[in-house]
Amino acid sequence: MINKLVASPETALADIPNGATIMIGGFGNAGMPSALIDALIAQGARELTIVNNNAGNADAGLAALIGAKRVRKVLCSFPRQTDSWHFDRLYRAGEIELELVPQGTLAERIRAAGAGIGAFFTPTAYGTKLAEGKETRRIGERDYVLEYPIHADYAIIKADRADRWGNLTYRLSARNFAPIMAMAAKCTVVQVREIVELGAIDPEVVVTPGIFVKRVVRVAATLKRAA
Amino acid sequence: MKKLDHKEIAARVARDIPEGAYVNLGIGLPTLVADQLPKGREIILHSENGVLGLGPKPLPGHEDEDMMNAGKEPATLVTGGCFFHHADSFAMIRGRHLDFAVLGAFQVSAAGDLANWHTGAPDAIPAVGGAMDLAVGAKKVLVMMEHLTKKGESKVVERCTYPLTAARCVNRIYTDLAVLDVKPDGLHVVETVEGLSFEELQRLSGVPLKRLASAA
Repeated sequence: MINKLVASPETALADIPNGATIMIGGFGNAGMPSALIDALIAQGARELTIVNNNAGNADAGLAALIGAKRVRKVLCSFPRQTDSWHFDRLYRAGEIELELVPQGTLAERIRAAGAGIGAFFTPTAYGTKLAEGKETRRIGERDYVLEYPIHADYAIIKADRADRWGNLTYRLSARNFAPIMAMAAKCTVVQVREIVELGAIDPEVVVTPGIFVKRVVRVAATLKRAA
Repeated sequence: MKKLDHKEIAARVARDIPEGAYVNLGIGLPTLVADQLPKGREIILHSENGVLGLGPKPLPGHEDEDMMNAGKEPATLVTGGCFFHHADSFAMIRGRHLDFAVLGAFQVSAAGDLANWHTGAPDAIPAVGGAMDLAVGAKKVLVMMEHLTKKGESKVVERCTYPLTAARCVNRIYTDLAVLDVKPDGLHVVETVEGLSFEELQRLSGVPLKRLASAA
């Protein structure tokens, strides 16, 4: 019997080695798998490469992981925010590497990894600093930049509901990067609010099919939801 | 002359957005356009983080951490709105499905080059977000900005000195002084604010301007 349910965040992340590349879902705090990130901090893996849209907000979640000096490199589109002080401090001290990627290129590089695409041409960033040194090609009337997929060892994401096969649904704008990150990693670990019986999720509304998911952990909802 | 305030520039941009348009409003000044869209026109706002049909700010006490706009502020969804993942969101942008992107800018050149993501200062931490995708992807790129910097220098320039977001991408510029169209032969003045002559606007601007033969 397939059962991807795992007892705790700690168990779900126990095998992450030093130097792993980890995709972390979320756009700011929406969709950030906080319980899994807390478990990753407790777990102790170092020299991590992190893929996320941002580089952490305030003192919790990804910001805390970065603040604990566990991250060697960040791939993201928007590190600089009013409350990104942990990243800012380490970046200015030269203690963390940044690969800045336009948001759509970040999403497509992740998608490409999950879809088995070797590389792709995008018009985004052509003629800018972010395309310096990259291969370009004119196709038809437009100029494009060659971009490569981003693969990960782990993706840690948040979803709303899951069954024991790992089929997932999301909630509101918390979906963002999670479905494509789930496809791009060798091992996808999901934090969910609710686990339901197999068949309880309408097959028409499954967003992430269980084939992309390895481990599921239920975490009681703590975030503020609209009444 | 009567300069437009930010809300008035936003209202001027909003006037040009027609019924049925799919629109992305950039972070900063462009977000003001949302509140100025004429009531009764059905216009669908797109947000990079996987939302079509972005609604107004929630009432106090109704914020939900799972429901944000691209500026990571609490938001709502209008009836008929929907959610999708980030790759689909940027397929909408890059795939030329969005009718308009309204973006802020540090500088716009006479050729329509846009600089809006990086000042180029050596100690600045760069951040780009979705700006480069919006600039190359939207069917029409509208820029909304002050005409002059705080030092009085024109932000409409012959060549951008800040790092580019994208080349030749801007279609129309809305400032506190004027509306300018970017055309193959340069910048055409569509209108100026009350009490500002073409000659005075030309004196304040860093690039030769043309009088528009007929209103757009």
